[in-house]
Amino acid sequence: MIPMLRQILRVGIVSEPAPAVDDALRATTQRLSDALARQLGRALVIRHVDAGSCNGCELEIHALNNPYYNLEAIGIKFAASPRHADMLLVTGPVAKNMEVALRRAYDATPEPKLVVAVGDCGCTGGIFGESYASCGRVANVIPVDVSIPGCPPTPLQLMQGILAAIAPAKPA
Amino acid sequence: MQFFNLPIDFKPLDDHATLTCAARVSGSELLAFCGAAHQAERRLVALWGSDERDRDAKFGYALHVAFDLADGLVCLTLPLLTENPEFPDISLPFPAADRMQRAVRDLLGAAPDAGDQRPWLRHANWPADHYPLRRDTPDARYETQNEDYRFVRVEGDGVHEVAVGPIHAGIIEPGHFRFSVMGESVLRLEERLGWKHKGIERRFVGMGLSDGARLAGRVSGDSTVAYAWAYSQAAETISGTMPPSRALWLRALLLERERVANHLGDLGYLGNDVALAFGLMQFMRLKEDWIRLNARLFGHRLLMDRVIPGGVAVDLDAAGAQEIIDQCHAVGREVRNLKRIYDEHAGLQDRFLATGRVTPQLAKQLGVIGLAGRASAQHWDLRCNHPCQPYDQLAPKMAIERDGDVAARALVRFAEIVESLRLIERIVSEMPPGSIRAELRSEPDKRGIGWIEGWRGDVLVALETGADGKIRRGHCHDPSWQNWPVLEHAAIDNIVPDFPLINKSFNLSYSGQDL
Repeated sequence: MIPMLRQILRVGIVSEPAPAVDDALRATTQRLSDALARQLGRALVIRHVDAGSCNGCELEIHALNNPYYNLEAIGIKFAASPRHADMLLVTGPVAKNMEVALRRAYDATPEPKLVVAVGDCGCTGGIFGESYASCGRVANVIPVDVSIPGCPPTPLQLMQGILAAIAPAKPA
Repeated sequence: MQFFNLPIDFKPLDDHATLTCAARVSGSELLAFCGAAHQAERRLVALWGSDERDRDAKFGYALHVAFDLADGLVCLTLPLLTENPEFPDISLPFPAADRMQRAVRDLLGAAPDAGDQRPWLRHANWPADHYPLRRDTPDARYETQNEDYRFVRVEGDGVHEVAVGPIHAGIIEPGHFRFSVMGESVLRLEERLGWKHKGIERRFVGMGLSDGARLAGRVSGDSTVAYAWAYSQAAETISGTMPPSRALWLRALLLERERVANHLGDLGYLGNDVALAFGLMQFMRLKEDWIRLNARLFGHRLLMDRVIPGGVAVDLDAAGAQEIIDQCHAVGREVRNLKRIYDEHAGLQDRFLATGRVTPQLAKQLGVIGLAGRASAQHWDLRCNHPCQPYDQLAPKMAIERDGDVAARALVRFAEIVESLRLIERIVSEMPPGSIRAELRSEPDKRGIGWIEGWRGDVLVALETGADGKIRRGHCHDPSWQNWPVLEHAAIDNIVPDFPLINKSFNLSYSGQDL
């Protein structure tokens, strides 16, 4: 116990301030009312769905919870079930084999729900494109609110996109 | 050349970084070779098929099987009849071949003559007689059909099934696990994978030789350096290009940095899975420091597209080298400190020890490779067994444990971090000067194989060009093919809540095996 406490004290708090919202990532206008967006902004629950990524995007989504980005500190956390989620964070081109599962996860998410497509593959189908096995971009399967390009996007870019999805149309 | 005193004549292939031999064989010769290789305790590396109907009307398909022998890599090619492309089942001596054979059947329509006949990568999303790797199959998408997959049922009083996935509860790739349980105890686990199949092998067809590296680097993003290096080796063989020495040293630097980054992350998550959030936070902090330096020095956090056919895309100056050495010292100190904390943490050790055990005997029987194999006393590490430049001058030490449990797989990771830090320091201090890239020119109708020890195990990339010099067939093999079936055994007799921990201790790639 003592070495653990010593380590915690020695390292201290390394968390960095959250980046600014990047409105350029929006695929649609904000559908949430300003009041609702302000509410969600302080308590957003995300369900991550990997629809066929190379797992590079997952590594960067994991990094969001490291002590530098510390996503939970700004009220955003990941849930294990779409039933508990306000937002689906979807990576990958949608593999044909995952199409039904993605649609079911979307249907299981209660309204009002947001969808953020992550990575070049999620935004455009990326290097895998569309084929017998790939449906291409996420928007080909479910409606998308925000698209975060990058291969993979950095944790800061991910935060900018997630925050853009819940930013009120008119800032308070 | 001949092996195991069998009358099969192998031809050494030119320009391979590791000695690579090939031979065309008959079905009975393949079976005899498999038997001899199994007897000699060698292992299966990969198995894949190809469509050759444009070259040979009678033998329109081929099966390729690669083995790791004491001398190097050998690749056996079995021509298959166009009319009835059937090949002998080799899953008896090499159980890991089973799913690879099923994948060949799903993608190419050449089937094993025995063994499991259920589909593997085909999930009723294309017709059963539609084979995506046949050149004349249209690249069309079909409506999803309902098709029953026959899981093996465990019956008896009080047995029930727990079905998990494809979407798992966490930030993790999709797969389906079917547990048959009695109370909390797992009687049987059956995996159903292939959810991420996105047609990578078909995508390779027609790509330029240099362009394919980007795709290979995205077969499994966490092993992007290993794939890009293996792909580059194969492409350089086709082109007859020898990359400059400095480029090879830089590749080893990037590969070891990839290894350390993944091991740091895994050690954090192993802590997290036994409710030690402290471990997750500390290791994820170290990993973030580590990959931030990647971004600063090499321009990409995960090092994607830094290894390119012909050499590398990035160089390192003296100031960068010093930063790397300083970071190795700092991370080495921190990891030693955290290892002491893990070692002495009774709660963590209680969950790690004897959990998800794969005995050396079982590991040998199933053909476990890579990191998980080394945790069960399987001495497979290409960097030591068949070192290519610069590993032949670095003499890496193989990390071996015998217990085969979660604790052993954690210990192998700790040992490999320490060893990789030592290698990185040596690489940046002893790297020869010179250029970092040689020209690459594609040659028509040539083949090449690349083989690299990634952090999870050995990655193999087999390439072949067509008459136009474009890629005709590209096959990427992930070590997860060998190790996924082992997880089914590791889970037996453990409790369901320990499964996430056991799964994490293997940390296998879904994307890499789903292709």
